[in-house]
Amino acid sequence: MTTTSPGLVREPPMEHPLAPFLRMERIPHVWCPGCGIGTVVQCFATALERAGCDLDKTAVVSGIGCSGRAAGYLKLDGFHTTHGRAIPFATGLKLGRPELLVTVISGDGDLVGIGGNHFIHAARRNLDLLVVLINNFIYGMTGGQNAPTTPLTARTSTMPFGNFEPPFNLPHLAASSGAPYVARWTCLHIRRLTWTIEEAIGRRGFRLIEVIAPCPTLYSRLNKLGTGLDGMRSYHDNAVIRHGAETSEVAIDFDGPIVCGKFVDVEKPTFHQLMDEHYGKVLGERYVPMPPSGGMLDGG
Amino acid sequence: MKADPAGVLTGAHYLDGDFACGEGAMAAGCRFVAGYPITPSTEVVERIAHRFPTFGGTFIQMEDELASMAAVVGASWTGTKAMTVTSGPGFSLMMENIGLAAMMETPCVVVDVQRGGPSTGLPTMVGQADVMQARWGSHGDYEVIALCPQSPQEAFDLTIEAFNLAEIYRVPVLVLLDECVGHMTEKVVIPPADEIEIEPRRLTARSPADYQPYALNGRPVPEFARAGDGYRFHTTGLTHDERGYPVMSADCQERCVRRLVEKIRDNADQIVRLEEDGTEGAEVVVVAFGITARVARLAVQQARARGVAAGFVRLVTLWPFAERRIGELAVTARALLVPEINYGQMTLEVERCAAGRAAVRGLFHGGGGVHDPERIADAIVEAAA
Repeated sequence: MTTTSPGLVREPPMEHPLAPFLRMERIPHVWCPGCGIGTVVQCFATALERAGCDLDKTAVVSGIGCSGRAAGYLKLDGFHTTHGRAIPFATGLKLGRPELLVTVISGDGDLVGIGGNHFIHAARRNLDLLVVLINNFIYGMTGGQNAPTTPLTARTSTMPFGNFEPPFNLPHLAASSGAPYVARWTCLHIRRLTWTIEEAIGRRGFRLIEVIAPCPTLYSRLNKLGTGLDGMRSYHDNAVIRHGAETSEVAIDFDGPIVCGKFVDVEKPTFHQLMDEHYGKVLGERYVPMPPSGGMLDGG
Repeated sequence: MKADPAGVLTGAHYLDGDFACGEGAMAAGCRFVAGYPITPSTEVVERIAHRFPTFGGTFIQMEDELASMAAVVGASWTGTKAMTVTSGPGFSLMMENIGLAAMMETPCVVVDVQRGGPSTGLPTMVGQADVMQARWGSHGDYEVIALCPQSPQEAFDLTIEAFNLAEIYRVPVLVLLDECVGHMTEKVVIPPADEIEIEPRRLTARSPADYQPYALNGRPVPEFARAGDGYRFHTTGLTHDERGYPVMSADCQERCVRRLVEKIRDNADQIVRLEEDGTEGAEVVVVAFGITARVARLAVQQARARGVAAGFVRLVTLWPFAERRIGELAVTARALLVPEINYGQMTLEVERCAAGRAAVRGLFHGGGGVHDPERIADAIVEAAA
């Protein structure tokens, strides 16, 4: 008679449910324990699955920094570009092959610090880009320096006596620059975040989803906010869901509420729609748009 | 392959160098241009913005030159041939993403219509002082190709060649016009499309399962897959392995950088183009490029009339540098004279290649005008004495 101790039974290793969306050979990833970026990548991949995206026609672009590594773990056409230039790089991808779903995942320092000019202009043009901006209030990769999103009074390595520069209110920046879709969640709101990304995939134009993420290694440590789990508790206690809130009223204070929800969701003609309509009107039959499959000439 | 007739404005035209450069790009199959206005280059993109909507090209005026260059690299990864156009200050801003293009091995073309510098300098007046920035402008070790037209006709021809070289070597190729050539109007003959040879974007024939973006498979340059074809590849500006994945090690860095450098250095003889006149038996050889070459040609004739055996070399390709040929001339000639509209950038390179075997003399000009041919002729006579 053979007996098997239940504790020794080894099931064949199950594949990660999101394995088809991830470069599993690159796992473990570079992010610290308690960091929120992996959660966002998981929500993003789940949303791609639920939205039924054609992964062969979906590209992801990142800049530089902790969040800038996201493009390296997603099994899509993935571009890890220069600091601040994820949005203009993505602009080239979208204009070079209009049929692509072009997404950007990057951090606050990358997208609205060094890359702030591109952020507002892409929103103004209403270019067809889905931007997931992971905001951890700090420059993580370089060791905890002040960001344009650091809340007033928060300590960073370059504001050791507390930050005195007013931060950006990102939903307001995006909305007032023209973005037709603007939402914010924290890393605690994984179901809502996933649902929002899924919905935004179905929208057109410049879509901003800001995700507040804990940085236990730097932001939380410098500000004595505890572990990643403590960060989640603070989101639980401080997040307030207010869909349709005036974006001018959703700025984030050091210890105030974090207003979450979908703030803007309007229909607005995109860069491509405006271009096609305008050239169609003024050039008539002379207008030949770039084919959806891109401007590559045959013969290769 | 032959050029797509849609982009080719066949016929004899009276064009300035900027317009001719734009026509060259469209003939070469460029279908994406991102740019930011800057004198004296803007006419290139104005020409393109006017013509693109009628044959499937997209022009976008970006918010700055950083964005323009980044968009060009992004567009090229869709297989669409892409270009940006600028002048000195904008060229400086593009440097980081020119490095990204070199590191990701992205075919693209950057036109720099040089004006006087440094800084804002002389926006409407000529300079040739960006030649070393073209070579060394982005940080790190990499190689680029740079071509230097001397006329509107050549602005057309060499812009096509720039696109072709970009495809063959998967590098950013620079077209270094200068304000004089950019704004000089001359006859430009654009041949029929079926007489223009175009290097197409060659896509890998491998299946996605069998494809690695930076595997060489016995070639000097990796095979290209474009975004949206199911390869689901990764590429990065970080030091990377054959899979395009970041690897932070000295060993991977060595392989990565050496290849970026050697794919150009090892093929320099195929890439370099020179024009020579009377170099055989010359006592003094003038080495010049761009608008200065046109001025120097007259000076060489004047010096010959004054009894000097003067030779003339025009650098059509600035980078990679014509190292081998300049080295040979340093053995046969007594002196090499390098007039240029800067304070001795290419003179340094000629000195390096001459390696003490011939006297090398630079003739400098700060910009805002061209050399007086008499001054060059006097220098030739002096060098022969």
